[in-house]
Amino acid sequence: MNAAVSTASATTTDPNVRNFQINFGPQHPAAHGVLRLVLELDGEIVERVDPHIGLLHRGTEKLIETKTFTQAMPYFDRLDYVAPMNQEHAYCLAIERLLGVEVPKRGQLIRVLYSEIGRILSHMLNVTTQAMDVGALTPPLWGFEEREKLMVFYERASGSRMHAAYFRPGGVHQDLPRQLVQDILDWIEPFLKVCDDLEGLLTDNRIFKQRNVDIGIVSLEDAFAWGFSGVMVRGSGAAWDLRKAQPYECYDELEFDIPIGKNCDNYDRYCIRMEEMRQSAYIMRQCCERLLKEAGPVSAVDNKIVAPKRGEMKRSMEALIHHFKLYTEGFHVPAGEVYAAVEAPKGEFGVYLVSDGTNKPYRCKIRAPGFAHLQSMDFMCRGYMLADVSAILGSLDIVFGEVDR
Amino acid sequence: MDETLRELGAHIAEAMPDAIDEIVVAYGELTVVVPAAEVVKVLTFLRDDPSCRFVSFVDVCGVDWPKREKRFDVVYHLLSPTLNARIRVKAETDETTPVPSATGVFAGALWFEREAYDMYGILFSGHPELRRLLTDYGFDGYPLRKDFPTTGFVEVRYDDERKRVVYEPVKLAQEFRNFDFLSPWEGPDYVLPGDEKASAPKAG
Repeated sequence: MNAAVSTASATTTDPNVRNFQINFGPQHPAAHGVLRLVLELDGEIVERVDPHIGLLHRGTEKLIETKTFTQAMPYFDRLDYVAPMNQEHAYCLAIERLLGVEVPKRGQLIRVLYSEIGRILSHMLNVTTQAMDVGALTPPLWGFEEREKLMVFYERASGSRMHAAYFRPGGVHQDLPRQLVQDILDWIEPFLKVCDDLEGLLTDNRIFKQRNVDIGIVSLEDAFAWGFSGVMVRGSGAAWDLRKAQPYECYDELEFDIPIGKNCDNYDRYCIRMEEMRQSAYIMRQCCERLLKEAGPVSAVDNKIVAPKRGEMKRSMEALIHHFKLYTEGFHVPAGEVYAAVEAPKGEFGVYLVSDGTNKPYRCKIRAPGFAHLQSMDFMCRGYMLADVSAILGSLDIVFGEVDR
Repeated sequence: MDETLRELGAHIAEAMPDAIDEIVVAYGELTVVVPAAEVVKVLTFLRDDPSCRFVSFVDVCGVDWPKREKRFDVVYHLLSPTLNARIRVKAETDETTPVPSATGVFAGALWFEREAYDMYGILFSGHPELRRLLTDYGFDGYPLRKDFPTTGFVEVRYDDERKRVVYEPVKLAQEFRNFDFLSPWEGPDYVLPGDEKASAPKAG
């Protein structure tokens, strides 16, 4: 382990036994980005964990307050950068709730399709890199190939592999080409095979199980009190998924199951993530099939909120004025406050948006799931061995873009 | 949906009549406004009452309203998986009055309160370690306050001569541009550039 021993102090009576304080990160590959953990060790037993975060703090919330509602949207891609569109989704939902805008069905289907792509992107990264944290090398190589294909789908829809800025208040930016929907549909079948292959590498792998079974156990009560959400509560046995419990978009019209764990440990959370990827693929298949059959607008037609298309601008004076006004002043959002949450891959991603009736958000609090998960590191790692720290950290599914904001 | 929230609000107000200032249902969400001193009592009730069961902790954050006498709102979000409902608890405070910490009720409030302290300087009494979280070691000021400039006060760079990272006052090559695109026809409360000439006394 690439960790620097910084201080050592004698605490026990035995002169040969001392407590160690160790710096884990911020340049450690298993720290999943820029996390600095100050660990206090008694031998190899972890006595205290003090995570130091903020090394990737960019002041997103402050920046959002100085931008119009439209300009603030791309900041959300840069939070959890392994599943960008899911964040945009929460922000768009918050604005739509305040404005009272309805998204047309085709727009909803596209949003769901891309949210599920985001879920697979995120779970694929997490499952495989967690395997790497505990010593496996092949899973990331296999998994990243699939991620690459999904990023191409992102690019074909939005023009960008990661920072898509594709979900807009009122719908999505552009319609999908028919061939793209067909290609996504064709991708699903081989992907399920890749999931089986990955499971073949990990699920019954002796080393993987030794490192993860019965490690990082959280009871459901603790999980809720610590603000856990998503896979972290489902791993502790709660069938709680915002897509089912508080359905947004058209999730209530789609069929899927919610896997839950019963041993509340790292291994259960891994199994849930694997199954969720398959469920996401089923959702994607349903979306693609419907997108191929049903036509229609992809965003609300209210030109006071959604900018007109370029072709329209060339012919209609009104469209030109709308375009100019939307890209300078932006739209005004009625005063009020909403909290909109989506089931992001890592858990409940919420946006608490306060508007004072102008064209800029007065306050936009980003409630990131990883933030709540990471704060429990001390609680979760206490009493485990040093080597378990990286296994637990991997299973929490931390991405620093959203933790530090 | 609004009807159930209203009933829930009435139930909460009935249980703690002197700890609740106001109950609002807006945009399909229930907001309970409480005095800052009663926050812990209300949160404990919401968590333990059998017909509430807001056991899942979601968020604590601050909102700055500099023109108000008590400038900060401390906003708590809770979730009840049993009722499948959300609730927002709001309390007002200022720079010096501490709010009782919710860490005793929900362990998860730990970092969220640290963040509110870091970003706004809101004080929480009874918090086990109220220190800065997201900002730099040794940072000064509260960045999310409305009177804190977006560009900040110090910038940091690596000085090759001194072989270390140095902090310097911010030097902007171009002034920070904050465009005001509010429509002049919809009544801004300031004088548009040039308009002051209209009322100025004519020269000569």
